[in-house]
Amino acid sequence: MTDVRGVRGVTPVELTRKDFMSDQELRWCPGCGDYGILAALQLMLPELDIPPHEMVFVSGIGCAARLPYYMNTYGVHSIHGRAPAVATGVALTRPDLSVWVIGGDGDMLSIGGNHLLHALRRNVDLTILMLNNQIYGLTKGQYSPTSGVGKVTKSTPFGSVDHPFNPVSVALGAEATFVARTHDTDRNHMQEIFRRAHDHHGAAFVEVYQNCNVFNDGAFDDLLRRDARPDMLIPLRHGEPVRFGAEGQRGVALNEFAELVVGDVDDLGEDRLLIHDEHRPDATLAFALSRLAADPHTPTPIGVFRDVRRPVYEDEVSTQIEAEVERRGRGTLEELFRSGATWTVD
Amino acid sequence: MTTTTSGTEIAQHLLDRVVIRFAGDSGDGMQLVGDRFTELSALFGNDLATLPDYPAEIRAPAGTVAGVSSFQVHISSSDVVTPGDAPNVLVAMNPAALRANLHDLTPGATVIVNVDGFDARDLTKAGYTTDPLEDGTLDAFTVYEVPVTSLTLQATEPLGVKRRDAERSKNFFALGLICWMYTRPTRPLVEWIEGRFASRPTVRDANLAALRAGRNFGETAELFDHPFRIEPASLPPGTYTNINGNTALAWGLIAAAELSGLPLVYASYPITPASDILHELSRRKRFGVRTIQAEDEIAAASIALGAAFSGALAVTGTSGPGLDLKAEMLGLAVSLELPMVVVDVQRAGPSTGMPTKTEQTDLLLALHGRHGEAPLPVVAARSPSHCIDTALEAARIAVRSRTPVILLTDGYLANGTEPWRLPDPSALTPIDVDLTTEENHTDPDGRRVYWPYLRDPATLARSWALPGVPGLQHRIGGIEKQDGTGNISYQPENHERMVRLRRAKIDALGTDPVVASGLELDLQDGADLLVVGWGSTWGAITGAVRRLRDDGHRVAQAHLTRLDPLPLQLVDLLVTHPKVVCAELNLGQLTGVLRDRSLRDVRGIHQVSGLPFTARELARRLAEELDQ
Ligand code: SF4
Repeated sequence: MTDVRGVRGVTPVELTRKDFMSDQELRWCPGCGDYGILAALQLMLPELDIPPHEMVFVSGIGCAARLPYYMNTYGVHSIHGRAPAVATGVALTRPDLSVWVIGGDGDMLSIGGNHLLHALRRNVDLTILMLNNQIYGLTKGQYSPTSGVGKVTKSTPFGSVDHPFNPVSVALGAEATFVARTHDTDRNHMQEIFRRAHDHHGAAFVEVYQNCNVFNDGAFDDLLRRDARPDMLIPLRHGEPVRFGAEGQRGVALNEFAELVVGDVDDLGEDRLLIHDEHRPDATLAFALSRLAADPHTPTPIGVFRDVRRPVYEDEVSTQIEAEVERRGRGTLEELFRSGATWTVD
Repeated sequence: MTTTTSGTEIAQHLLDRVVIRFAGDSGDGMQLVGDRFTELSALFGNDLATLPDYPAEIRAPAGTVAGVSSFQVHISSSDVVTPGDAPNVLVAMNPAALRANLHDLTPGATVIVNVDGFDARDLTKAGYTTDPLEDGTLDAFTVYEVPVTSLTLQATEPLGVKRRDAERSKNFFALGLICWMYTRPTRPLVEWIEGRFASRPTVRDANLAALRAGRNFGETAELFDHPFRIEPASLPPGTYTNINGNTALAWGLIAAAELSGLPLVYASYPITPASDILHELSRRKRFGVRTIQAEDEIAAASIALGAAFSGALAVTGTSGPGLDLKAEMLGLAVSLELPMVVVDVQRAGPSTGMPTKTEQTDLLLALHGRHGEAPLPVVAARSPSHCIDTALEAARIAVRSRTPVILLTDGYLANGTEPWRLPDPSALTPIDVDLTTEENHTDPDGRRVYWPYLRDPATLARSWALPGVPGLQHRIGGIEKQDGTGNISYQPENHERMVRLRRAKIDALGTDPVVASGLELDLQDGADLLVVGWGSTWGAITGAVRRLRDDGHRVAQAHLTRLDPLPLQLVDLLVTHPKVVCAELNLGQLTGVLRDRSLRDVRGIHQVSGLPFTARELARRLAEELDQ
């Protein structure tokens, strides 16, 4: 790829959190979960050893979509829903950059659903963080495509009759090669998941449970209250049996219908517990894990559901170009103009 | 005039020009033979223009008028500006083709019909209750009834080709006959058939046999008195190729990428009649072209915007319905002030309309179809080969002013062809990109910083720095920005300033020495009438103006290839001519703009049939205006 920047990149010796912080004042509501997510991200980024000028953060519209303004990287705050497509344009043009997409549940699953699906399907090298608060915050409190049935909001005063999406299921259904879930109350877990999502070559989708304390406060409390966590969060660890509970007394196993069930390990039997394998080429078990919890009120898996390799879109585009140039030489205009039948007038 | 050529005793009539239309069922291969005949004539040295016309359906019911596909070619020994008014020769492969095209013929025209296609069932399917070959329908024409199908079957029989396959070669029989009638050398055609069907020897041999049979039939049937000859045109010296508008546009974009040093990224969603631009660019990997078939029109525009931010020559192409969908991204590109080209190959609307038919009905959409004050330059190509120049101009303007540019062509330009004289690539003007590679502003505390919205005082273009450059990190978005810093700003004075700046930046192109005039002028002293047009109607208007002048009228012509900003000289011309008529393929979109700018009673000649103007009809309507 031709370097069109006119300048060579220089890597600073030691990066710190401050290198990733812009001078803009943070404008989220006090207490918003977005603060913790931004902090986790900015604390993790120096570990990647990529200077801020080689990163691009792309967002759509919504509370979450403001995040690029707070990053001292290159950034585009684009249009509601379009971030995955805009980011695809960035990655296609400049495979040398680290490209991130930030958005909310309305942004990415409603108006931008189609773009998300296709970015995942193509396996564009993007790190996509979807901050799910199950509500429209910026427009002041309408139900979103992840709000549960019966949810009472300004636009659903009698309760929502819309069936919600399960974002992890959607991503897996869209052939995503990396799918994970984390939440805004565990900084270490977020950092670990963000880092792994970035390290994945291809499209990485991360659902982040995020509290909107103004319009949907406590949406994830059933899972995330400190005392509830051991019994409600099912941590996924590669190569280990899927179990949870303070004493690891609960677990997940396959039943005779090839479905996953949650139960007491004593009842299920230790040896029947599911061994989590992120790298399974077939996404069926990852999908089954995503179906364990229909909503965040029953035990819910967190961590990496799937992490597999598949050719990356922009790499393949570059490969085709390079192969053609290699095979037949770089094209010239002279030759292009003469590629049809020509005749000469003297 | 009769002449004899050396080596043959057959008399040849010399013609200055001829318009031939091949018409048949969509499955009859009429586009293919039209293309081949055009190519032969181009190689022979004629000037020419073509007009393909085909149904949007891949396969409309066979034998019906809806399923008729035709290809018209105008070849001449002198300058050609249109595909011709009315065909001098109509080749009709079946009754439907005759019925669909008959009304375009003028008395005295030649009609060649494939009589084998005229049985009772064919006639009924075409909606004829009596046989037009017998009921006097064709009395005004010279009719040749040729058993094309059966002669093709005869000719291919020795090859042992299956009947169904053999029948498919009948278009080459018709082509062979026309090649004889107009003394086209068929060697290049034979070579083409040999190359194209190399892997299918039976098809190749059947086509060659049909071609020969068609030629021989002309020579021996004694149906025709003599062939015609159309001498090569005296075109300016140079090397030529025959090119259609879509290919020309693709080549122009590749040239713009080469001249700017920016990698070309073309994002598009399949849509008629723009898809061929995507096809052409997808083939050209050796030029480093990155194409992507997006999931929808919105995504295509979004991908182009992302590419523009990252330093590509970013282009998205579509047709009318797609331009509707790209509006939001165009608004963002206006706000982000990023270079981007949006190609709209206009077609008949509204909605799906008539996808394969031409119109100029997206002008006001291009000029105004965005919420808020969102001005952007609009350019339009005036002929198929002019699509190359227009693509270069659009890219030049986009990069120079950091702005999205809409480039308008239409179905007529997209598929129509004409000879194009190849330029010397090294003589093409480079496109200066002028990227910012270091901090461009000093803070009060003496710190060097980067301001993305610092402007060039002459062009008002903002600075453009690409991701990857250390120290120039910046965030830009659709929220109003403070001029200079690019930071979010809701300040009333700043918004007023930015809205006016964005307009002024576009207006500044009108006086920019690097930018083309956007106006083709053919003025006449003491002209009674000024005819104004834009885009693809240039050929028809030029032809009409020539006719009026031949009839002794004093007529001036001004043709716009840039619609925003309007060329500066235009208003002067509008107010100084006694009469101004604007001819366009819509209900008066430019006419209204001209009235608004000049406060003159600009008259309009409008047509919205899905077909281009003919010079003859236009001359008639202009003459009416002169008489009033
Ligand atoms: S509305 Fe909700 S999501 Fe938006 S900033 Fe406020 S708390 Fe955060």
